[in-house]
Amino acid sequence: MKALIYITPKDDILDPQGQTVGTALRNMGISHIDEVRIGKFVEMTLPKLNLKQAEKATTEACERLLVNPNIETYRFEIDEEA
Amino acid sequence: MRFAVIVFPGSNCDHDTYHVIKHILGEEAQFVWHRETSLSNYDVVVIPGGFAYGDYLRTGAIAALSPIMQAVKKFAAGGGLVLGVCNGFQILVEAGLLPGALVANQSLRFISRKIHLKPEDTGSSLTAGLKLDRIYTMPVAHQAGNYLIQAAELAQLEDNGQIAFRYATAGGKVSTGANPNGSVANIAGVLNREKNIMGMMPHPERASESVVGSVDGLEIFKSIAGQA
Repeated sequence: MKALIYITPKDDILDPQGQTVGTALRNMGISHIDEVRIGKFVEMTLPKLNLKQAEKATTEACERLLVNPNIETYRFEIDEEA
Repeated sequence: MRFAVIVFPGSNCDHDTYHVIKHILGEEAQFVWHRETSLSNYDVVVIPGGFAYGDYLRTGAIAALSPIMQAVKKFAAGGGLVLGVCNGFQILVEAGLLPGALVANQSLRFISRKIHLKPEDTGSSLTAGLKLDRIYTMPVAHQAGNYLIQAAELAQLEDNGQIAFRYATAGGKVSTGANPNGSVANIAGVLNREKNIMGMMPHPERASESVVGSVDGLEIFKSIAGQA
């Protein structure tokens, strides 16, 4: 099974990379794009665990290392079939 | 005084720092590999700049978990003096020893140039030898030096005199134009609440001999060593 973790800058944190990419996309003529925010995607392979154990391990990984709560926020999905 | 210069895989200012402490400042210096677990023989710990662990995940995040950082925490808790420069500042922040965070420069560019620093507090053993009415010139060289902290925490830093340095003009004016990286309130360096740990983005070890263009950085090492 796999944990799919999405880490993004917090809403009140300026994301100059996202802003620059957003401007580039608009300059390319791709319409209807308001805001771009760029974060990280982490894929972790887990042994066969029950869902609760997988969620616990993933939360611990996020809170102790993968995410800096001062600047980032996260959410994850557990793919039990992967 | 005995200085420990911590070396991580990817440190690249360790030799400059060692050279300045030993040969210019004239104090004892030793390299300490990040796998070591004790700092009991030292008076000051310096975490130098570089790209520890290739800046993987976030700058300083992996280095903050190295065995030596447990020893740095213990050393600091016992009142030992700790200085983190550039990547060393990023490591101290990630280790939770200093408040706030350091994120990508507002320009998204690596910045390598001379800046001017205005000291904001001389009430610590690290900064006691500096002069509040003087400007210190030295280089910055970083990609992620944009200091960020929540408004409430920033107010606490201001109240407690934990802001060590701000970016200023050559004439000493703290202005947006003098801020190279977008740091909140022009902050270039901060202290912990107990004022025995200091992190700063500019490089005093690169401005400690006239041959490199400035000796202002040496004043910071002198202040730490109690020579000033």
